Formats: sequence, C-alpha cells, structure tokens
Amino acid sequence: MAQVSMTVNGKAASGDVEGRTLLVQFLRENLHLTGTHVGCDTSQCGACVVHVNGKAVKACTMLAAEAEGAEVRTIEGMANADGSLNTVQQAFQDHHGLQCGFCTPGMVMSASALLAENPNPTETEIRAYLEGNICRCTGYHNIVKAIMAAAGQDVSKIAAE
Amino acid sequence: MYNFDFVRPKTIADAAAALGHEGAQALGGGQTLLPTMKQRLASPETLVSLTGIPEMQGVCKADDGAICIGGATPHAVVAAEVAAHYPALAGLASHIGDPAVRNRGTIGGSLANNDPSACYPSAVLGSGATVVTNTRQIAADDYFQGMFTTALHEGEIITEVRFPVPEKASYQKFEQPASRFALVGVFVAKYADGVRVAVTGASEEGVFRWTEAEEALSANFSADAINGLTVPADGMIGDLHGSKEYRAHLVGVMTKRAVAAAA
Repeated sequence: MAQVSMTVNGKAASGDVEGRTLLVQFLRENLHLTGTHVGCDTSQCGACVVHVNGKAVKACTMLAAEAEGAEVRTIEGMANADGSLNTVQQAFQDHHGLQCGFCTPGMVMSASALLAENPNPTETEIRAYLEGNICRCTGYHNIVKAIMAAAGQDVSKIAAE
Repeated sequence: MYNFDFVRPKTIADAAAALGHEGAQALGGGQTLLPTMKQRLASPETLVSLTGIPEMQGVCKADDGAICIGGATPHAVVAAEVAAHYPALAGLASHIGDPAVRNRGTIGGSLANNDPSACYPSAVLGSGATVVTNTRQIAADDYFQGMFTTALHEGEIITEVRFPVPEKASYQKFEQPASRFALVGVFVAKYADGVRVAVTGASEEGVFRWTEAEEALSANFSADAINGLTVPADGMIGDLHGSKEYRAHLVGVMTKRAVAAAA
C-alpha cells in the first residue's frame, strides 16, 4: 500500500491504495463518490469519465497512483455552488438527455470537456466527441440536443423529444 | 489485475534504472497495458510510469525542420500542436480511439506496443521517422519487426520520435467502428526524394511498406498511378471483421484515397 494524494472537486483527498487500485475505485470506494460509474471496465463505455487536470479521462483505465497531485473533478463537483444544476446538467434535464441515467455522469463530464475546448460545437463535432460514451437508452439524439442547448444554440427546430 | 509496485520517476535516467530490475515494465498512458493487465495477460512486478518525466513531453521543431515529439506526449497534444506543421500526422492523432483515450495514450506507448492495427506505426514508417531511445536512434525501417515486435531492447525507453515533414501527406483509416482501430489504414507521404506508403491493420506481420505503390507514386503522384496494382491476400489478417481478400482490396482503396487527399 502507498499513500496517494490529490484534489477532488476542490478538496484535498488522500488514502492508502495498492499499485493496482484504479482511479475509479479510489473515487468510489475510498471517497464514496459513487456518481462516477463503472459500466464496462474495458474503457469502451465512458460511464467512468472524470476530468484530470481539466482533461476528460476514463477513470477505469487510469491508476489512482497516476493521479498523484492532480486536480480531479467528478460529477459530484459539477453543480453550481448553491447546489442547483449547472448549465449542462440542466440542459440534459430540459431536453430529456437521459433515461436510465447510468451513462449520464460520463456524458455530462464529456460534454463539459467538449464545451471547454469548443464552446460552440456543431452536431457532427458533438457526435464525434461522444464516440467514447455509450448510451443504451436514448439513441443519443436528445443528448446531442442537450449539449447544443447548453452551448446556447437554438434547438427548437430539431425534432421533438 | 494482479498487484504490482508503482513508481513514477522524474528523469529518463531514473526510469531506465527502475526498468533495469527484473519484472519491471514501462507504463505510458496505459490505454492498452491496463486493459491487458486486467485480463491477466500481463503481470509485471513493477510498473514504471513514464508520464512524470518533463523531458519526454511535448512537441518541438528541430533545426532541420523535423517535428520532434516527446515519447510520453498524449495523442490529444500531438493533434493540437502538430496541426500547423504536419497536418496529416495531427489528423491521424486526432482520430485514435476517443477523446478520453487520446488524453492518456502516448505516442511512445503506441510504438512500443506495435499493435498490428494501431495508427501511429504507419505514420512513423510512412514518414521515415527516427525513433529516439535513451540509448540510440532507430530508423523506422529497422524499428518495426512484426506484430507486437520492435527493435527495442528490454527496458529501453522511447524518449522522442522525429518526423521529417513531407511536401504532402495523408492518412486514411478504414475504421473498425467498435474499437476504432484501423481495419486498414494507409499513410502516404511525398518527399523530395520519393513517396513512402505504409499500411497498418492489414498484414499479419504488422505495419509494412507497399513498395510497388511507392515506385508508381514516385513516378506519378496521382491515384490513377496505382491502377492495376494489388497486394496479395496471402499474409493478410483475416478475422470476423474482414477476410484476407477484403483487407488486401482495402489496401488499394485506402492508398488511392490517401493520395487523392494528400495535402
């Protein structure tokens, strides 16, 4: 076991981990931040996407020890300071961008990373950016729509939800 | 996965020393190695992370105009920082895996693994790039030695890759949509002294140069120049995603597309 320390959602976090402890295990099992999901555990599905130093990564395919000293943000750190949903989260609710909700934390984290890089993405750019996030409920349409809306685009002409 | 010790040295010298121990294995971005370890197909005693070494990070331009990429540079950084200098290489990097994979996976990791369907080997071989390690420089033509096999010695570290910039180039990937690896990918680069054509995803021997196409394209750099040229199906990869014959056919199709798109 070795000590690992990082900043998670703005707060210092540390714990003893094995070499093989994945970042997602550390977040869920040590810090009890269970909003980050494990879907496939093979880096295909994107349910475990978090931000490490501002970049979207799959927390199931990164060791906790590799995040030593890093700034980590999870879905629990995305809401506004007053606890209300942030723009992306609210857009997912408004445009029915989720059904069962399992993929949603990863979708929100990927969408936020996209908008940080590219504040006004096209539908094509959004779909390309979500290649590593799988949703088995929605058919993606309303997720894409929610992200376009979160970017401030007029989505009223896009087919009804 | 089986447990292991984890170390993250800050210098190449410390990393080389750590890799000198029995059972030690280098870790780049881990986007292939960690899934492999989860399946217990690899069980190193010590993982030596190469991502904490500042001198192995980033992109620069050498005095001779070559683009130098640190061995631990993630694909997303190559996609962003190489775009102005070598667009075909940046374009290749921007279509590896998905955005989260590109933020972790590194050029050195991809080349050390030499997956027969990975994208980067075709750029390195197609550009006649130089693989720089902690002990020597290896020409691309000597580096790739078959599927998952390279000229690297045990514990040798890819510190940098140097790409001479061509007049024109393009990488065209026929994507296997579930994995986003290349079912067949072709990198075509036109230099003053000739054209290089490197094919990934197709051969059981891993990345290879299609020399007949290189000769034809060196004489006449147009898609029509390779009309009638074919790659034998024998020795191609055949699997549930595509037969040997299908991949052999795609080599010609993707080469033509790459020539037509070269810029």
